[in-house]
Amino acid sequence: MTLPSTPGLGFKPEHFPKIRDRRGAVGFYEVHAENYMGAGGAPHAMLEDLHQDHAISIHGVGLSIGGAGPLDTDHLNRLRQVLERHQPESFSEHLAWSSHGAAWLNDLLPLPYTDQTLATICAHIDQTQSVLGRRMLLENPATYVTFDDSTWAETDFLTEIARRTGCGLLLDVNNVFVSATNHRTDPRAYLAAFPLKHVGEIHLAGHEAEDLPDGPLLIDSHSRPVADPVWTLYAEVIARTGPLPSLVEWDNDVPDFETLIAEAARAGTILKGALRGARDVRAA
Amino acid sequence: MSVQPDPHAAMQARFHDALWVQATPDGLGPQEALDRRFLVYRNNVQHGLSSALSQRFPVIERLVGTEFFKAMARVFAASHPPQSPVMIDWGGDFPAFLAAFEPVAKLPYLPDVARLELARGHAYHAADASVADPSALAAGDPSDLCLILAPSVRAYRSDWPAVSIWALNQPGAQQTPLPQGPQFALIARTRGYDVPVLALDAAQHAVLCRLIAGEPLGRAAAGTDPTAILTLLLQHGLISSIEGDTP
Repeated sequence: MTLPSTPGLGFKPEHFPKIRDRRGAVGFYEVHAENYMGAGGAPHAMLEDLHQDHAISIHGVGLSIGGAGPLDTDHLNRLRQVLERHQPESFSEHLAWSSHGAAWLNDLLPLPYTDQTLATICAHIDQTQSVLGRRMLLENPATYVTFDDSTWAETDFLTEIARRTGCGLLLDVNNVFVSATNHRTDPRAYLAAFPLKHVGEIHLAGHEAEDLPDGPLLIDSHSRPVADPVWTLYAEVIARTGPLPSLVEWDNDVPDFETLIAEAARAGTILKGALRGARDVRAA
Repeated sequence: MSVQPDPHAAMQARFHDALWVQATPDGLGPQEALDRRFLVYRNNVQHGLSSALSQRFPVIERLVGTEFFKAMARVFAASHPPQSPVMIDWGGDFPAFLAAFEPVAKLPYLPDVARLELARGHAYHAADASVADPSALAAGDPSDLCLILAPSVRAYRSDWPAVSIWALNQPGAQQTPLPQGPQFALIARTRGYDVPVLALDAAQHAVLCRLIAGEPLGRAAAGTDPTAILTLLLQHGLISSIEGDTP
């Protein structure tokens, strides 16, 4: 049970009738786990319908794996129930924290990369994979600040998490570009150091930009088309890895379904090019 | 023995506290425009929670205006943050917050409109249920029968004309004069996953409350004719089973 190495789209309920008219327009749809934690009704019915013709990725935004405190076991059990009910082809979460004490903050917040946070996160992922009874993917964050306390590079940190816990990784190429631009580092150096063999899914999204005195500040807004430099980095990754499940996320100022399909098709062209490239290598 | 310091927890506490005040926490970089960078997180948290609240309470937002709603949502989110990542569970305290929030004291019907919007949200996400074969109601004397209603069914009452206020603030609504309160409604999810607000009169509302409480049809009707409420329930598939003394 894995996602197909095709383009996928974030599911927008307002597009459900169009999606039914164009079944199979993309290979998979992704939903946020927390939107499917009600008892019944339209959300579950739509997801079941989608799953008949497409693979499903359930993407959590609320587990706070990067939190200093213990995981919320009630939430972990809710996740287990959603996964048991819908049997998705993939489950993923974030290298981030989003709750403090009992309060949930509705954002993916950054953390220092230290021996201590590494041990905490690995324990949280071990617990998650054990309760859910499956391997999860962990997504690299888009960040706007760094931490003086950090002693690990993010790529080394993710490599070590994957090694210790056996989890896979979700490589968000837009997040790589946003973070590297914001921290005045090189996204290609990041991708060269990224443990691509653990990547089970790619995310692509649009960002907003504003000018700081010394350069741009990019904000991971999911409100625009994927930027050209991000497409270029994505093509370079796919040339190294071969085709991977590749999701286009567009969550704010959502355009019509045809625009989303066109974005997904752009990923599809790059994926097909990688397949042709692989055949050419074998034929040579 | 001294307690081991926990730098991760300490950093997170400083970061969290700074989300609600105008100060960037220590220990962050890069120094270039650091306040602006940290502001992205403060904006994301505050905007994210405000947007989530406006999705749950669109008519409250319409009644007070978007800018006012955003400011009020920030006050609510800081004092009543979500207690879990399941946002459909957030906002239960919002009617009580509105009742006590001085700047909206001149709009005393807001808490009731908020309760209506909460009831619609609960109905939208309520558990699925089967739909009963209605023929049992037609066979013989139905007064001893108990109707098990769908989990989405809510009986709603307001001392204000909150049902009309809600309806007048739906997209494309015809502007009509506002009646005097109180008002009553049946709120439930239909087969097509809509959640209509179906106006009732006081007697129908009382019958519905007794049916929800599990009283048999005869006692629930209490001398009134329950046909109208039964018709609504049947029309929208809201009776999930019919139980009673089978002869």
